[in-house]
Amino acid sequence: MIDALLAGPLRVVNVGLAGFARELSARGTAVTQVDWSPPAGGRQDLLVALETLERDSVEKANQAALEKILAAEPVLADVRRAGELIPELDAERLMLHAGPPIEWGRMCGPLRGAICGAIVFEEWAPDLAAAEALAASGGVRFAPNHHFGAVGPMTGITTRSMPLLVVENRAFGNRAMCALNEGLGKVMRFGGNDAEVLARLAWLRDDFGPLLGKALRANGIALNPLIARGLAMGDEMHQRNVACSSLVMRILAPAMARVGSASLARALEFMGGNDQFFLNIAMAMGKAILDPARGIACSTLVTAMCRNGTDFGIRVAGMGDAWFTAPVEMPQGLYFPGYSAADANPDIGDSAILEAVGLGAFAMAAAPAVAGFVGAGGFAEALGYTRAMAEIAAGRNPRWGIPALEFAGTAAGIDVRRVAETGIAPAINTGIAHRLPGVGQVGAGVARAPLACFEQALIALAGHAG
Amino acid sequence: MLVNRIERGRYLDSVALMRVSRKLEARTGVEAAALMIGSPSNKALLREAGLLAPEGEQATANDLVIALRGAGAAAALESALELLSEKPEAAASGLTTTRTVRGALEALPHANLALISIPGEFAAFEARRALERGLHVLLFSDNVSLDDEAALKRLAAAKGLLLMGPDCGTAIIAGTPLAFANAVPRGDIGIVSASGTGAQEVSSLIARMGGGVSHAIGVGGRDLDARIGALGTLAAIEALEGDPSTAKIVLISKPPSREVAAKVMERMKTARKPSVVCFLGLDQPGIAPTLRDAAEQAMGAKLRSEGFPMEKRRGRVRGLYCGGTLCAESELIFRRQGLGGHEFIDLGADQYTRGRPHPMIEPEIRNDHVRRALADPQVGVVLVDVVLGYGAHRDPASVLLMNDVSAKTVIASVTGTEQDPQGWSRQAGLLRKAGVLVAPSNAHAAELAAAMVS
Repeated sequence: MIDALLAGPLRVVNVGLAGFARELSARGTAVTQVDWSPPAGGRQDLLVALETLERDSVEKANQAALEKILAAEPVLADVRRAGELIPELDAERLMLHAGPPIEWGRMCGPLRGAICGAIVFEEWAPDLAAAEALAASGGVRFAPNHHFGAVGPMTGITTRSMPLLVVENRAFGNRAMCALNEGLGKVMRFGGNDAEVLARLAWLRDDFGPLLGKALRANGIALNPLIARGLAMGDEMHQRNVACSSLVMRILAPAMARVGSASLARALEFMGGNDQFFLNIAMAMGKAILDPARGIACSTLVTAMCRNGTDFGIRVAGMGDAWFTAPVEMPQGLYFPGYSAADANPDIGDSAILEAVGLGAFAMAAAPAVAGFVGAGGFAEALGYTRAMAEIAAGRNPRWGIPALEFAGTAAGIDVRRVAETGIAPAINTGIAHRLPGVGQVGAGVARAPLACFEQALIALAGHAG
Repeated sequence: MLVNRIERGRYLDSVALMRVSRKLEARTGVEAAALMIGSPSNKALLREAGLLAPEGEQATANDLVIALRGAGAAAALESALELLSEKPEAAASGLTTTRTVRGALEALPHANLALISIPGEFAAFEARRALERGLHVLLFSDNVSLDDEAALKRLAAAKGLLLMGPDCGTAIIAGTPLAFANAVPRGDIGIVSASGTGAQEVSSLIARMGGGVSHAIGVGGRDLDARIGALGTLAAIEALEGDPSTAKIVLISKPPSREVAAKVMERMKTARKPSVVCFLGLDQPGIAPTLRDAAEQAMGAKLRSEGFPMEKRRGRVRGLYCGGTLCAESELIFRRQGLGGHEFIDLGADQYTRGRPHPMIEPEIRNDHVRRALADPQVGVVLVDVVLGYGAHRDPASVLLMNDVSAKTVIASVTGTEQDPQGWSRQAGLLRKAGVLVAPSNAHAAELAAAMVS
């Protein structure tokens, strides 16, 4: 080994003083600079936990979890009424929301707004005021989508009569669900709840959902190849879904025509007018891919990230269904004309499942157009995000190549050890909701997952392992 | 006025911070400026310097403290923030930059060496990780515990890897100078050195005599301590014995432990290649008494030394050194001649460098001492080293000449080569022009000074 070094040439990783790297580089030696900072910010409790978790059993568990993630075969298979898919929704006045568990008293404005709208939609109350009184009095049970195999963007409200997309992971036989994307503008996922919002939901329930379900039952869509094509076409599946939405429509249009429906033209118009139609499919896919890794003992890989507008929550493979939460952060981004950061609600939605599965901000280098939209700058910055996120991931997904990185795979499996050690908080591309109920989306930006979630998870994992 | 500001969660390496501090101190209205990571030891330094305000006390090891004192402190704070927001030079120069070694290895596949220069308390951890990833390591950092040093050296041996350091300032591997090395032509002399400036002096003298170096392996200043037992030296000897480009081996160390030195000497009896041993302070047959002798024995030639005026000088010699081993060598030469009452100060020693750059990077910190020596009526001769090479100051001779060197006899040696960025002749020429006597080696300089005052 030493003889190979002495035979040269040197290829140097320079950790620390950048001057040494500059000298080497100037004279033609291959060198990469590591901008070092103290691991875990020098926090003793985290360093001890890291030490405990740097062991073979953890590596093996992570390898097993990663293999499950990479072996997934997600297929968009169906659309059905939520109550059919999740019987608890029919059995009681249960309403599912985005993020980790939260009670009414701590919910943010948009989440409350969406809940009130959904209560009226389900006819549990005649109007928004009565709906609010019902919600506040404990007349509705609230639970996270994640507790019922589902996810939902932004407020993520799921109730019994809403149609849900179903993504089956055919490698492991599990499935995950997500409501249909309502389109842009004033919509329930951003807290909208007026008559226009509710009328659209009724159409989705009565016409569009059943039509799409029939078409899909005849013609399921394999999602791995679709994502690969979408990445090559400039989507990152969180804030940009133009390519995938178009591809899905191209695949589904003949099947929908064959099913035949008075709503066909409106349905196609609705899909064609919604660049983010695919977002909800991608989210259900993300959960279907990550769920099989849940409960792999000792694994330090993240299986879910989500936020309810108040708290950010993560789940980690080795800790089963436990949530590790911390106050959610404000996204940094760009605002629609007439709005500013003062109008913004803190980060919200289950859509961070996309970053957990290696898309969204993790795949920003595939979607330079998004980097500008979310205020992250140009292509160099997009590349920087993707590079940095790869540093906290356990591996790469060879099926999802990023063209600008010579088709290197997207990051796969966020490792809480690497997050805690480097202090690199996962970045999340996100829409920004107005902080008041009923207004809707006001911008888009990049949010950071709070490090505290990962630090807590690290200490809990070390407690289990030690 | 004392101003403290905490930048939460901000980390910059200490050299970058010291550069900003210096720029701020140059402003009018700023008496003192310091930018430091808020570790307990740094806060103690700030407290001693009268630079820590109550808000600064709140800083943690994860925060940056900006401390300013003087009438213009508040205004200087603005400049500090501007200076800090300048793009890091690494990014500006187009170097590939990552946050972790793991990320760096993705960016640079088949990397074979980690050069680690981070605070000592973290250095062992990163060095261990690098070794575990199969990288050879040059550990530049100091303040690594002896226990950690021994453990790292054993781990490297078990993995068949080379661990240079800790506190390894100089190495040349396969023609590539690392950290503070000189531009030395490739040749067949392999160096194993427990001293950074020792390796610089010997390799530079070899180069100036027309020879060259195959590799210079630094093993860290404490490798011949009884508690380390020459683990690094023995591994390096083994490596050079097996290296086809090395014909001769030179061993260099500051004063070693007697038992460990004996162990190494015993090993050299069975060495497969001819060797020269220079363990400074171990005066016994078969050991080169100075770095110069080591270079000469390795080359089988004598270093040319012009005739210097042999005038006697009254007063003492004060030696002011950037290189620790050069300081030790001069002191030794005086001791061997039985000369007492002279002073030799290593300005690279911890007490002078806490919280500030090493004098090889910033020779200006020696100027105060030089000025005082030149003004001191008891001092007859001022003896200095001027160290060149990569990483060293770009024009150390001119920094020394900021003093009025005509006030006294000043004797200097220039450690470096013609090919160094500073150029040996250029630096020596500047000194000579100002009246400084430039000796061909550090040993010659000390002997000349000794001859003048004995």
